[in-house]
Amino acid sequence: MKAFTYERAHSAQQAARAAQQHPQAKFIAGGTNLLDLMKHQIETPTHLIDVNHIGLDQIEKTPDGGLRIGALVRNTDLASHPEVRKNYPVLSRALLAGASAQLRNKATTAGNLLQRTRCPYFYDTTKPCNKRKPGSGCAAIGGYERNLAILGTSEACIATHPSDMAVAMRVLDATVQTVAPDGARRSLALAQLHRLPGQTPQLETNLKAGELITSVTLPKPLGGRQTYSKVRDRASYAFAAVSMAAIQMPDGRFRFAFGGLAPKPWRVEAAESQSQPPAVAEVVLAGARSSSQTDYKKTLTARLIASALKGGNPL
Amino acid sequence: MQSPWSRREFMATSAGLTGGLVASQLVSAPSPAEAVAQPTPAHYPVTLNLNGQTQTLELDARTSLLDALREHVHLTGTKKGCDHGQCGACTVLVNGRRINSCLTLAVMHQGDQITTIEGLGTPDNLHPMQKAFIRHDGFQCGYCTPGQICSAVGALSELEKGIPSHVTADLTGPIPVSQAELRERLSGNICRCGAYSNIIEAVTEVAGENG
Ligand SMILES: Cc1cc2nc3c(=O)[nH]c(=O)nc-3n(C[C@H](O)[C@H](O)[C@H](O)COP(=O)(O)OP(=O)(O)OC[C@H]3O[C@@H](n4cnc5c(N)ncnc54)[C@H](O)[C@@H]3O)c2cc1C
Ligand code: SF4
Ligand code: FES
Ligand code: FES
Repeated sequence: MKAFTYERAHSAQQAARAAQQHPQAKFIAGGTNLLDLMKHQIETPTHLIDVNHIGLDQIEKTPDGGLRIGALVRNTDLASHPEVRKNYPVLSRALLAGASAQLRNKATTAGNLLQRTRCPYFYDTTKPCNKRKPGSGCAAIGGYERNLAILGTSEACIATHPSDMAVAMRVLDATVQTVAPDGARRSLALAQLHRLPGQTPQLETNLKAGELITSVTLPKPLGGRQTYSKVRDRASYAFAAVSMAAIQMPDGRFRFAFGGLAPKPWRVEAAESQSQPPAVAEVVLAGARSSSQTDYKKTLTARLIASALKGGNPL
Repeated sequence: MQSPWSRREFMATSAGLTGGLVASQLVSAPSPAEAVAQPTPAHYPVTLNLNGQTQTLELDARTSLLDALREHVHLTGTKKGCDHGQCGACTVLVNGRRINSCLTLAVMHQGDQITTIEGLGTPDNLHPMQKAFIRHDGFQCGYCTPGQICSAVGALSELEKGIPSHVTADLTGPIPVSQAELRERLSGNICRCGAYSNIIEAVTEVAGENG
């Protein structure tokens, strides 16, 4: 790990300002992704701003009946919150399907959203990777790409976003609140947080330098039947091959969002007006670019959709 | 040689994707990338409440909680398996919750209460979970055992608090202390010797005594 200086922030604004003073700084929350990458020298911040004590660890109802989740709420605490278990079960389920209990006890809401890809070549610093080293090429395309993306990719990068939690937040139409170093606050739809790679896979989000996530807000509960299905190589403690957050709303309509398919949580609203499983799958998978290694993801996606539409709980 | 996978690729792949127990250190070579002016190592004081005793240390900011315990306080019960959150050998309890001590910095734990395997019980006064592991032969080489035991103690306290898991059928009802629940809750601890069935028997017994 490269050397860095360390400070503990005591407010969101102070943290964002500190980031502006140290251009090579990173915020550290649970540390479960950042420290992993720093040990590999994939991330080499010169300064760490510890945001664990900025007071954003509360879950509270919003005036319009939604839920505001502080950026520092731990994944375990979010998954077990009574309001989430009762009214947003798809979110509890997605969180509980991710990582291990030890990691969920540390991992935070904002850190989970901003965790980086698990592309094996991103992690292997002896290989070309446009995300890690812009312009160096992509070792994954034509390499071992079985777990990589088939939607939203580019010739520069086919990495997936690995979060389970983000997939559930996408199906729930969550929004993300932030504060900038100059104190400006804004809210953006979760759908707008992550970028597609295009020619700049190193730019993963639409956050600006030093912008700190302060909370994630869920709209008022949708009700209905909510499931999170995660297909993976082993039954626990593994990233998704394909995952699906599905909600059958009280009026019978469906919503779907997918993990493991794309560089961001993948949702195609136009698919939700279809009622036959093959039609839904066709719209979700429109434009998919798969290889012999990743064709299976299309089959899995279609089967997950079919099973949800039949009212089953796929997994 | 046209093997579709080199050994290195295989290691990198398993490390990144499944979180399995592999020597992912093997794939870390310094990135030749951007030359950023890195500061010289910075040291900070940190006071931990370690197994009931106050310890003040002066540490390089890079020191993980795991390295602080093993290399600075010489509490070597906590083990380093992967150093990347993939095996659970480094599990300790921080303010009563189990975490991987390899993926957290010691300087982030100012004032925290840390319990390691040495703090759970002593040779003459074993913790019930330690006794159960011995009774059920819940280990072979023993390397993963301190992490398994700290994790199991954390898991039972999570069950007591009603924290659900991936296999909990009803998110709003009471949670049964079943084998399926215990297996899922301990999936963050890998045992290369494969002592799993005896580990689960040991934990099941203690869970029964608690319940
Ligand atoms: C072995 C293993 C298996 C895993 N399996 C899964 C899995 O199956 N599913 C899954 O979804 N995840 C999985 N994870 C990933 C885990 O969920 C993430 O590591 C975790 O959620 C990151 O949260 P954190 O708080 O620790 O983030 P950190 O590591 O602290 O930070 C991550 C990034 O977010 C930035 N950041 C943090 N907080 C803020 C903020 N408030 N504002 C702006 N930027 C911020 C940091 O600067 C950093 O760039 C796994 C991890 C490991 C190690
Ligand atoms: S897919 Fe993206 S992250 Fe993976 S090697 Fe290619 S550029 Fe890097
Ligand atoms: S040493 Fe393997 S999880 Fe920490
Ligand atoms: S007893 Fe040897 S690794 Fe578990």
